[in-house]
Amino acid sequence: MTLHPILASLRKHKAGVVLIALQIALTLAIVCNAIFIIGQRIDRVNRPTGLDESNLFLVSQQWVGAPSGDDAAGVDKLDTMQLEDLAALRNLPDVASVVPINSLPLLNSSWNGALSLKPDDKKSFIRTTYYFADEQALSTLGLHLIAGRAFTAGDVQHQGMRDQRDPSIVIVTKAIADKAFPKGDAVGKVIYLNGGGKPVTIIGVIERLQVPATGSWVNDFAWNSMLIPARLNANFSRYAVRAKPGRLDAAMRAVTPALYKVNPLRVLDDDSVRSFAYIRQQAYEGDRGMAILMGIVCLILICVTAAGIVGLTSFWVGQRQRQIGVRRALGARKIDILHYFQLENLLIAGVGVMIGVLLAVGLNMWLMSHYEMTRIPLLYVLTGVLAMLALGQAAVFVPARRASNVPPVTATRAV
Amino acid sequence: MFTYYLELALRSLRRSPGLTALMVLTIGFGVAASMTTYSVFRAVSGDPIPWKSSKLFVPQIDAWGPNGLSRDNDGEPSDALDYTDAMALMRDHRAKRQSAMYQVSPSVVPVQAGKHPLNVSGHAVYSEFFPMLDAPFLYGSGWNADDDAQRAAVVVISSKLNEKLFGSVNSVGKTLNIEGKDYRVVGVLDNWKPQPRYYDVVNSGGFNEGVEDVFVPFERAIAVSMPNDGNTNCTEIPKESGFVGLQHSSCVWIAYMAELDDAAAVTAYRQYLDGYARDQQKAGRFSWAPNNRLRDVPAWLDFKKVVPSDTRVSLLVALGLLLVCLVNTVGLLLAKFLRRSGEIGVRRALGAPRGAVYTQFLTEAGVVGLAGGVLGLLLTGVGVASVGLVLPKSISALAHVDLSLLSLTLVLAVVATLLAGLYPTFRASRVQPAWQLKSN
Repeated sequence: MTLHPILASLRKHKAGVVLIALQIALTLAIVCNAIFIIGQRIDRVNRPTGLDESNLFLVSQQWVGAPSGDDAAGVDKLDTMQLEDLAALRNLPDVASVVPINSLPLLNSSWNGALSLKPDDKKSFIRTTYYFADEQALSTLGLHLIAGRAFTAGDVQHQGMRDQRDPSIVIVTKAIADKAFPKGDAVGKVIYLNGGGKPVTIIGVIERLQVPATGSWVNDFAWNSMLIPARLNANFSRYAVRAKPGRLDAAMRAVTPALYKVNPLRVLDDDSVRSFAYIRQQAYEGDRGMAILMGIVCLILICVTAAGIVGLTSFWVGQRQRQIGVRRALGARKIDILHYFQLENLLIAGVGVMIGVLLAVGLNMWLMSHYEMTRIPLLYVLTGVLAMLALGQAAVFVPARRASNVPPVTATRAV
Repeated sequence: MFTYYLELALRSLRRSPGLTALMVLTIGFGVAASMTTYSVFRAVSGDPIPWKSSKLFVPQIDAWGPNGLSRDNDGEPSDALDYTDAMALMRDHRAKRQSAMYQVSPSVVPVQAGKHPLNVSGHAVYSEFFPMLDAPFLYGSGWNADDDAQRAAVVVISSKLNEKLFGSVNSVGKTLNIEGKDYRVVGVLDNWKPQPRYYDVVNSGGFNEGVEDVFVPFERAIAVSMPNDGNTNCTEIPKESGFVGLQHSSCVWIAYMAELDDAAAVTAYRQYLDGYARDQQKAGRFSWAPNNRLRDVPAWLDFKKVVPSDTRVSLLVALGLLLVCLVNTVGLLLAKFLRRSGEIGVRRALGAPRGAVYTQFLTEAGVVGLAGGVLGLLLTGVGVASVGLVLPKSISALAHVDLSLLSLTLVLAVVATLLAGLYPTFRASRVQPAWQLKSN
């Protein structure tokens, strides 16, 4: 079939053609970017924290009338209280292990700093987050040690929350090790923390551990975590607890009474005992919502555009009843009429997606300059193009089939 | 004549129910999506204290200089103050009213026996905080400057905490146990929950589901070492340990707000800040030129990007959807109107001027718009009600339907459809009567 008659007839419906092409272009531009946003959010939500998240929960509590932790006696008292809590929790029948820790991935409460390879270096540094934990950190959190050794009970110190002392040994994530020591020989090497002068030895490397914050400001150090062998002493404490397999609920229920039994003068409320699954859900609530919202918009958009194509094509078919009849009477088969409308739609949609690709890239660039967006991969745009062409074909099918069913006798009938 | 056109429009719309339904649905969904996202945007971008926001200022002083370690390289001073600068500003007292403040999260022990302690959040502030922010009191009032100076053990609590602990009675004068120490309740706030929490954006991140339950005198909180529950940012390790070490360090953790009534006061305060920074430079504490900022609340909220970018992007995408819906409506109206070329031809041949054709078809477009608007109203209602399923509670709880949103929905639907109807109507009015009569 030649394109000539199609082009000639399209020239008579300039407005309709422009409208459909415009609509397809706009839909493509918006849908591409919206799907890209959805894809980004899904990637974000699905990134592993490095923890073994099942059977894991967090206890946050605050003592009432506890020492401030600014003097040595107060720090010692707070540490005793913390050790009592730990003993009580570790004794619970449904608990596998417990680690005192200042935060967890996705908790959005963090202690961040920097490490450098030279003492007193304030210029070149690697940003990192600090997790203060004891010798049960790896087993409780389910972290994988890939080099060196884990902490032993003898390594673990304790310090007031505002004590500005550096540890002598740390465990770092592979992300830090690779960046600081690209040769892969981080274990045994010395680093310096927060622009300080005290040498700190790396004794072990773990595969992966995400930082607590989830905001975009941590994007460039999202995996730079460091474990410090110390219990932090303050008027509050956090304990990450691994329940025995399948005993998560029972273990979580047992915590509050057990801690009140140790010391009733403390704050433990509904938010104090949270499963890691809940922490994860809280952290990514906004991302999940944005993805759903974009999905809904895309769905409406696609329906509206498809309906628009059906509506306008139906109108054209109605207008051209007689011409179709004439063509049929002159020997055109039904399939020829069907193909005619399909090809016509392909032409219009083709122009539409070409403009749409430009609009999609333009919109993406605009979003990049105004919001936290990255460049849209070509794959998204290409998929969008194919999807829009397929949508056009699907939408045009019903009116085109109706056109192909116009009987040849229409040609002889006055309207 | 208008009622006649109205009748014609209704009759025409009834004749092709499929096409009509399509147009009404398109308009309805487009408008509802825009209005739902707009209701969220409106809720988070609103001025939390419109009558006074242009008189409330947040001073920033550069206590770190150009080599601050944890500093983004944008030349902006840190967004909070260190203890030294905050205290100097309070001492000099150059604004009409001012308050340094920091976020606290103490425990409260209920008086009733057998009840477990609970955790509350709040701020340590100065007495001028309450009149400066026009905080409404249900009972009592804030404390006074003497209480500030004497580090009095007084507290202002929220109506929510009042209800929880004292059961909706006037608790002024009663005693509240905070962190193991007794405080005298001097005031109960009347459901005060500004959103965003503009007086401390740095720590609240803007929007917060919770109500601030306690406000205690700043210097009292410092005296009893009530820990700072908000962010602490340091460019170097404090030289001393403990809370005192934090106070002596250049770590920033204190929010500050000042009330300045007119342009002259603002200029004077700017000069004061620069003078202060210059004095610090002379004294050798700062080794860099003054680098201060003084933003009013709207500028501060804008600078801190309090409106979540997701909200803006959603609104933009929804507006894009509306645009596509309108293009779609133009196409459908065009098809609908031109299908009636014969009818137009007859009307024109019988002497109807172009204007009459315009009125007739715009009326029809208006009817479609109105129907779409009514559908849009329903869908907007559903959308705003279910936005909580999609967005974080702290934001979705703020979105609500009110009269202005409803009327805006209707107006948007009708105006948008009329605009969409302009071109199809123009085409309809161009129909040549002679051709139509001939071909039929």
